[in-house]
Formats: sequence, C-alpha cells, structure tokens
Amino acid sequence: MTTAAKIPSRESAAPHLHVVGGAFTVEKVRRDFPILSREVHGKKLVYLDNAATSQKPRAVIDAISRYYEQGNANVHRGVHFLSEHATGEHERARRTVQHFINAADASEIIFVRGTTEAINLVAQTYGRTHVRAGDEVLITAMEHHSNIVPWQILCEEKGANLRVAPINDNGELLLEEFEKLLGPRTKIVALPHVSNALGTVNPVGRIVEMAHRRNIPVLVDGAQAVPHMKVDVHALDCDFYAFSSHKMFGPIGIGVLYGKSAMLEEMPPYQGGGDMISSVTFEKTTYNKLPFKFEAGTPNVAGAIALGAAIEYLNGLGMDNIAAYEHELLAYATEKISAIPAVRLIGTARDRAGVLSFVIEGIHPHDVGTILDQEGIAIRTGHHCAQPVMQRFGIPATARASFALYNTKAEVDTLAEGIRKVQEVFA
Amino acid sequence: MADLRELYQEVILEHSKAPRNYRELAAANHSAEGYNPLCGDHFTVYLNLEGDSIRDISFQGSGCAISKASASMMTQTLKGKSRADAEKLFEAFRKLVTTGQANGDQPQLGKLAVFSGVSEFPVRVKCATLAWHTLQAALEGKQDTVSTE
Repeated sequence: MTTAAKIPSRESAAPHLHVVGGAFTVEKVRRDFPILSREVHGKKLVYLDNAATSQKPRAVIDAISRYYEQGNANVHRGVHFLSEHATGEHERARRTVQHFINAADASEIIFVRGTTEAINLVAQTYGRTHVRAGDEVLITAMEHHSNIVPWQILCEEKGANLRVAPINDNGELLLEEFEKLLGPRTKIVALPHVSNALGTVNPVGRIVEMAHRRNIPVLVDGAQAVPHMKVDVHALDCDFYAFSSHKMFGPIGIGVLYGKSAMLEEMPPYQGGGDMISSVTFEKTTYNKLPFKFEAGTPNVAGAIALGAAIEYLNGLGMDNIAAYEHELLAYATEKISAIPAVRLIGTARDRAGVLSFVIEGIHPHDVGTILDQEGIAIRTGHHCAQPVMQRFGIPATARASFALYNTKAEVDTLAEGIRKVQEVFA
Repeated sequence: MADLRELYQEVILEHSKAPRNYRELAAANHSAEGYNPLCGDHFTVYLNLEGDSIRDISFQGSGCAISKASASMMTQTLKGKSRADAEKLFEAFRKLVTTGQANGDQPQLGKLAVFSGVSEFPVRVKCATLAWHTLQAALEGKQDTVSTE
C-alpha cells in the first residue's frame, strides 16, 4: 500500500546537503535550527549546554507536527489506514536507528524513554537474573549518576558489590587497573563511551575485548558519544549500547537500548502490559518476540519518528564530517579557554569529545553561570549528575561548556570574552 | 550588565572574598549543616546560645559568592540578637530576596538590604537563603542537613 499521496512522507523534508566537496558549512547548518536565531537577555543566544540537551533542527520539529497533524494513530493494533501508516513509520524509524549504529537486526533496537531507562532495563532484567550475592558489577570513576544508581539498587538487592575502576588526573581510565578489577565474580561491566563531565572518550573497543576474554558482557552508556561521532556497535562488539534522542537533535522522551539478540532473547521482560505479549490468559502469558517483548504499552510513536528524522538529518551531514568539524572546534576552544589566566580545565584526556569543563580560581561556577547567562551564553554549572567525578577532582562543581555541530569558533570567542567579564566583576 | 551589578554589589563581593566569622566556634552549643548538592554549596553554622540570646555565631564551608556573602553578613547581623530577632530578620530577608521589597523592615535589615538584587535572579534565591535556613535548623536543634534546592 502506498500512502505517500495521502500523508507527506519524511523524505520530502529531507535536509539540504551542507557538505560540499567534503567541507562542512556551519553557517548553513545553523539556519536549520530555528532556536539559534533567538536572543536571550537582549544578546544573541550562544548555546553551549548541548551535553544537557541539544537543540532541534526544523526537520525534527516538522516531523513531530506532521505526525500529529496528518498521521496520528496507535501502532501494532488497528487495521485502519492511519494505524497501519503509523506502525510503518514507527518501524521504519527503528530500521533507521539500526543502520545508524550498524546493528545486525532491527529487532535489536529497543525504544525506551532515554539512556537512564535503557540502563535500568538491563540492570533489572539481565542484572537480576545473572548477579548473585558476592558477585561484582564493574563501572568507572567517571560515570553519570544514571550509570551508578541502577547498579547500586541491583547490588543492594542481591548482596553484590559495585566496583569502580579509577581514572587519572587527566580524567582517563587507568586500563591496567581496570583489567585487574575484571575477576571471576564480575558479572557485567558498564561504562560511558564519552564522559559527560570530562569529555573523555573511552577506548570502548579495547575494554570490550578485555571483558569478553573473560566472558563478561559490557554495557556502554553512549549518551554523549552518539551526537559527536560515528558509532558502530558491530565494530565495538559491545553487548548493550544506550543513548538518548534529545542529546542527538531528536525529541525529548525517547531513547534507544541496543542489545545483541542472543542477550535480549534470554532476558526476562522489563515491564508487563500491552504490546509486549503475544497471548494472555489468567493462567499464562506468552511474551512477544523482540523487540516488542521490552516495549510494554503504547510507545512514543511521534518520538520514534522524529528521532528517525534527526538521524536522517545527521546522515545528510555525515557523522565523519561532524566529528572532524567538532574536533577542530574543541581543539580551538581548549586552547582559547585554557589560555585565560586563572582558568583551569577539568578533564584533559588526550581523546575528548564535546565537553569543556573548567573552574576559575576564586570564583564559584554558579556565579560564572549567572554572569555568562547575562551575556546570552548558556552553559551548565554544578556537578553534572556526576558527584563522584567532582569528589575525584576535589571540587564542588565545574562550569561546563558543551558543543554541538552548530557551534562556531566565534561563539568560543564570545565565551572567552564572557569569562573575562566574569573575572572583571570579581576583580 | 546593570542587573548584574545589582546582584554582585561591592559589599557582597567583598564579603564573599573575606567572609566574617568564618571559623568553627569552640564554644558552640548549637550547630547545623546546610547543603545544596546541585550547586555544591555546603555550610555549617555554629551558635553559642545563652538562653534566648545569640552570644556568638560563626560559619564555615564553601559556596558561591551569594551564599557565602549571605552567610557572612548574617553572622555579623545576628551577633548579640535574640532568637525572636533572628526569626524576624529571616522573615524580612526572605521577603527581600524573593520580592525585592522590604516594606517596613528596611531599617531593621540594615546592611542586608544589598541582597535586594537577588530577587531579579530567582534561581539564586536558594543561594542567598541557605545560611538562614541552616541557622533556623541550628536554633531549633534539628539534626538533618538543610537544603534550599
């Protein structure tokens, strides 16, 4: 059945190509993001809080409107036109995600609310069936709270131990120490691909190898990686990969858990309800096949479709082009900001992405944030949901500028100027 | 920048850099801890109460300029005051930082009036009031850590 004549398809709103002869034209990219032209406190918005959430391109905003204006229906249920169409678009989005991260099969893509729910899902299903008293879960010293607390809850319930692999003063994982912590009791490893507080890119491939040599599965928190670089779950060989739509230019309220089929198949369901069953009697329920076994209740259909639109937008730009552009931007920012007297970077790993965390001598990050805000510059201040990272560096908080594909060197200059204004106020 | 200067008044900056009564109080018979984990502001307020009178008061900890200056100026203002005075001042102070208005309390607030600019920055009210909430807990002998987040 073709529906193209009735409902405008997403392809008709495909992004224009901004990459000509391999060059990435940021000025054109910026025009795709309506919010970037607004002002804050009478100043041009300089949005540097992308690690918290990214802004949305017109293609994503339009996909949401189009769905609710033309395509809204529940999925996997009706025989009517709209329901079939919505189901088709929902499942097409799943295939878009599958290809984006190079998963072997669309059924390995589970739609969830976000990274946090993805990690909780694994802790509560895989974790609860495999972790027993005295076992260990291994994480790192650079986790977001969402990759600590679900494991703590599991360990508390099971009488298991949470082990933490240390990092050095640059914010890099100590691989030798990490490997020593992999033992016969280790039942799962969970770590971030990119640290949200420090920007460190972890050598996930090598870590997975180390763990797999001992038959230990690995979950990767990819929330801060997916917007910045090409992610290939097949090449990484990780068992689980979790990420959020809203940090990669898609809508808030949806995210993805990738899991290898073999792992997902043997895991019990996470939540019970409609859609996740194939038959129900009061005596016995048979669960649905993957991925639906893990998707109880009406899914976030508009969210999935708009996430698909975000990925198509990114594909149009090319993840390699985005990574190359951002690499240069972050290098520029690192040099520019660290050159300001009394500014100290927190997180100086050789391989970093997206994040520049810093403190200014004698000035609390919260005051930095308030003064920069008056300049139209949006940064995050505080512990970034990573209190153990703050404790590791002996600071209560940092100021964090986090970048995305639409940020410019001129915005970095504005930030540097802003930091000088902060220092003037406190002079 | 006009609004910013309202918030970061010279007096406030000066107190944040050189806080008064910034020490542990050896003779303290009341103390309480205040902590705003999101910002990282963390203070302990120490009191030496004699009957209903605040004989001595001090604080220690770390935080942003607003929270530190507020704690510093609070200790200066309250030394020698009665418990009832402290409660009245807290009420007036809270009104000042949330509305920018002091009504008839202006003379009573004295130097604390410099915090009126906080009302233009609603997210910073929690910074300005953390020390005061901690003081209240100390006066009431509460054990739990106080937060204004």
